[in-house]
Amino acid sequence: MIGKKLNLLAAVTHKVSTMLVALLIMVTGTSVHADGHGMKVGFIYVGPTGDHGWTYRHDIGRQSLESELGVETTYVESVPEGADAGRVIRQLATSGHKLIFTTSFGYMNPTNNVAKEFPDVRFEHATGYKRESDNVSTYSARFYEGRSVIGTIAGHMTRTGVVGYIASFPIPEVIRGINSFTLAMRKVNPDAVVRVVWVNTWYDPGKEGDAAKALIDQGADIIAQHTDSPAALQVAEDRGVFAFGQASDMSTFAPNAHLTSIVNNWDPYYIERTKAVMEGTWESVDTWNGISEGMVSFAPYGDAVPADVRAAADAVKDGIASGSIHPFDGPFNNQAGEQVIGSGEHLDDGDLLGMNYYVEGVEGDLPG
Amino acid sequence: MIPYLEKRAEHSRTMVYISPFIALALTLLGGIMLFSLLGKSPAQAMYAFFVAPLTSLYGWAELGVKASPLVLIGVALSIGFRAGVWNIGAEGQLTLGAICGSCVALWLYQVDSVFVLPLMMVGGVLGGMFWASIPAFLKTRFNANEILTSLMLTYVALLLLSLLVHGPLRDPDGFNFPESRIFHDAASLPIMVNGTRLHLGAVFALIAVGGIWLLLSKSLIGFQIKVIGQAPAAGRHAGFSVNRTIWFTLLLGGGMAGLAGMFEVSGPIGQLLPIISPGYGFTAIIVAFVGRLHPVGSLFAGLLIALSYLGGENAQITLNLPIAVTGVFQGMLLFFLLACDVLIRYRIRFKPVSRFRHG
Repeated sequence: MIGKKLNLLAAVTHKVSTMLVALLIMVTGTSVHADGHGMKVGFIYVGPTGDHGWTYRHDIGRQSLESELGVETTYVESVPEGADAGRVIRQLATSGHKLIFTTSFGYMNPTNNVAKEFPDVRFEHATGYKRESDNVSTYSARFYEGRSVIGTIAGHMTRTGVVGYIASFPIPEVIRGINSFTLAMRKVNPDAVVRVVWVNTWYDPGKEGDAAKALIDQGADIIAQHTDSPAALQVAEDRGVFAFGQASDMSTFAPNAHLTSIVNNWDPYYIERTKAVMEGTWESVDTWNGISEGMVSFAPYGDAVPADVRAAADAVKDGIASGSIHPFDGPFNNQAGEQVIGSGEHLDDGDLLGMNYYVEGVEGDLPG
Repeated sequence: MIPYLEKRAEHSRTMVYISPFIALALTLLGGIMLFSLLGKSPAQAMYAFFVAPLTSLYGWAELGVKASPLVLIGVALSIGFRAGVWNIGAEGQLTLGAICGSCVALWLYQVDSVFVLPLMMVGGVLGGMFWASIPAFLKTRFNANEILTSLMLTYVALLLLSLLVHGPLRDPDGFNFPESRIFHDAASLPIMVNGTRLHLGAVFALIAVGGIWLLLSKSLIGFQIKVIGQAPAAGRHAGFSVNRTIWFTLLLGGGMAGLAGMFEVSGPIGQLLPIISPGYGFTAIIVAFVGRLHPVGSLFAGLLIALSYLGGENAQITLNLPIAVTGVFQGMLLFFLLACDVLIRYRIRFKPVSRFRHG
């Protein structure tokens, strides 16, 4: 009887039977978990994987783990950097992930707190400075090296002498980028200036686009950005000015405007660290890699970049990779015109990590 | 033919109680279709959303952590909404509460005393009330629309927070990163269940539900609020002050939102950050309406919405569902809940187009 009724229902609509099965399984409490074979690696992202910038590149790194090492990976995207982060990281730690990458600065304290609770799980926190237990590593890329290269291109290509810069939050990482860009630009074109708009977000295409429009209205003919979406490039394409992409190759969004992009290349690091866990050689380290290690790389130059500019940019790139050039080589001044460092010296990593001032050539006041 | 809503002369009492269950059943059905279309097992998806987050004590505690601010703000807002006072800026009031609570914590950074926490609470409540008093003043003095003023003040509050954590409240040992110092134990909320993050805020949320229920059902001001909301003219004839109601409801909403903000920084976050709330002040508006502007309803609505967030995170981890699907599913749940409620009180009728043309 019951069987007959069920058959009848199934004949009426396939969906209903699916639902009954679903409810049956729910009632009996059957759950299906992924098989525990192989290692599981977890990722927590601050933005959506489709941001085509920061998070997108981390997710490419995650995918490389699956294709290169055959490990199982999990990600949670758009996790706010507040009370929720701790829960998500902990949930990854309790669901069998042996290595967890937390890919935004705001996850620093939650990562360290959860790490103390799970000594058998390894944690890798991007862009932070706290390693409170020996199962936490930190890693970041020397993006300022890349900014030195695109600053060189900007110095050659600006006609108005005004370059717009869309910045996210006034933290040392972002300020360092602005300064490195400005120093390299003014080595080529000592009269050019950088105008900064702070949008107080890492990812908000609307705000980023508006900032680009405002900067172009103020005379900028090149837009650089330290935010994650390609919105500014699209505006630049519309308005007929040039722009640099951020984090990933953004040329498809602005075929004419795109000069190049700094491309974050996490794949080698993620593969190396995952291998280390598999082989039992993982240790807590602080990694800060740049152009020479391949963590900072570049998209192909756009058609608008002439051969001599390409050669100049390549020379800076090679110089930084070989160590003959440091983006913060002296002498240079701060915004107030006071010398920061003299000739023959360059800033050390400690100076770079706490940078909280503009160099000469950046217009406007630093917020905060 | 143009569809329109016509108020039912009388609506079934039973249906009022059955409505949430119909909505839940419709959500299940919609969810099953959604997940089948995505090639995921609907059973696994439903399990991941609604059951798996609650299979451990820690999960239940997290439900409390997530629901506390939603309930605390939701019940307070529902009072204002009943009176027809539309405080949309609870997010800003929450932010001010967090700022003021943190100022107390950082000002008393060296003090290890049981009085630090109560002082922080007072600071949080006053901060939220202060922020809500601006729209209250503008409304009563200049008849400025509180929807606009309270909403816009939210953005001011967020910028103020940003300014403070990038400046005066920044951790002096923090390499200029925009974060305050981590609060001392004396400035951290006590944990209610060991090994979890369930904090004192959950207790306050329950007290708020009970308190506001009493206020609405037993007190004169509660009666006034209901009258002014439903029949403002009758309220004025009875000598009830509309201005007093505006002040009262805004200050109450602001104070509770401020308290919730202070609980967030003093509890699960433990320091002041540039972003402290994933939009609790806005989600609480949904909580209030899904809870039908009733305190107990808001409690359940807060728990349900909190669960859908936990479930969404869990579905990402166990099923690799993208977050967009979580959003669609949450939207479906809210849509069905509100649609069922509307259809119980109203019926859909159709008018011929011509009547509109000539009428």
